[in-house]
Amino acid sequence: MSNDTGLPPNTARAIVIGHGDFAAGLVSAVDQICGMAGKLVGLSMLGLTPEDIETRIRGELSRTGAHVIFTDLPAGSATIAARRIVRNDPAVMLVSGVNLATLLDFVFNTEASPLDAARSAAARGKASLIVVERS
Amino acid sequence: MGIELYRIDDRLIHGQVVVGWGQPLNARFLVLVDDIVASSDWEKELYRMAVPPEMDIYFADVATAIREHARYASDPRPGILITGDIDSMYRLVKGVKAIGSINLGGIHYRAGRTEKLRYIFLTPEEEKQLRDLESAGVEVTAQDVPSAHIVPLSDVLAGASR
Repeated sequence: MSNDTGLPPNTARAIVIGHGDFAAGLVSAVDQICGMAGKLVGLSMLGLTPEDIETRIRGELSRTGAHVIFTDLPAGSATIAARRIVRNDPAVMLVSGVNLATLLDFVFNTEASPLDAARSAAARGKASLIVVERS
Repeated sequence: MGIELYRIDDRLIHGQVVVGWGQPLNARFLVLVDDIVASSDWEKELYRMAVPPEMDIYFADVATAIREHARYASDPRPGILITGDIDSMYRLVKGVKAIGSINLGGIHYRAGRTEKLRYIFLTPEEEKQLRDLESAGVEVTAQDVPSAHIVPLSDVLAGASR
C-alpha cells in the first residue's frame, strides 16, 4: 500500500491527546474497527504541567514525523499547548473536539497530505454528530 | 454572587476550570490573574479562545487585580478567579484583605517541589506562603474537581491524602 507522503503505510501521521484515557480509548477504538491504530499516537496529559504537555507533543511530532494534533476540548491544556506549537509551525495543524468518526476518516485518507486529510476528517467528524428524538 | 472560587492552578484555563467547576457554579465570568499573560496580547487571545461564549474573561496582572477586586466581588454573576502560582495569589490576598478561602487545584512537579497530593507539589517557600495565608485567617484547601474530597491545608502539607 502506498501513499503520497512517502511514508510507510503504518507510520503515525497524527498525535491524539486529551484528558484521562481519552486518547488511548479512541486509538483503541480505531484499532478495533480497522486495525489502523499505527497511524496514531495516543498521549495522556494526566499529571503533566502545561510545559510538560507541550514538550511531550513536540517530542512525539519530532519522533514520528506527524503533522497533525487531535485534542479533545477547546478549553483543555492540550489544546492550549498545541496552539502554541501551531503558532510557530505552519506544517502542523490542530483539530480540537476530535471524535471517533474524525479519526476513522483521517486514518483511511492516506492519499491526501496529512493537513488535507485532517481538514476532511474534521468535516466528517462534525457531520457525525446527530441528534435523534422520537417524533 | 461575585467570585465564588479563588483557585491556584498552573494550567490556568482548562477543562477542570471551565467545565468541572464552571458548570456547577454556573460561572459567567473568569478573572485570570497573571503578570505574564496580562502583558501579552497573544497569550490573552490564546486563553480567550478557550472560554465558551457564555463566559466573559478578564485579564489582570496582580496589581490591577488588587485595584479591581471590589468590582469583581460585586459582580451580580458568579465568577472564578485563577492564578497560575501561589505567589500571585499570595500577593493578591495580601493586597485585597477580603479573600476568605483559596482552592489549590493544580500545582504540578518541577525541580525543588515535593509531592503533597497527586496534583499538588510545593517548594518550602510555597509551603511557608500557604501557612502564612492560613495564619492570616484564609481557609486553604485542596480539591481538584467538585466531586473530590476536600483536603485541609494541614493534611496537604503532611502529605496525608497521597
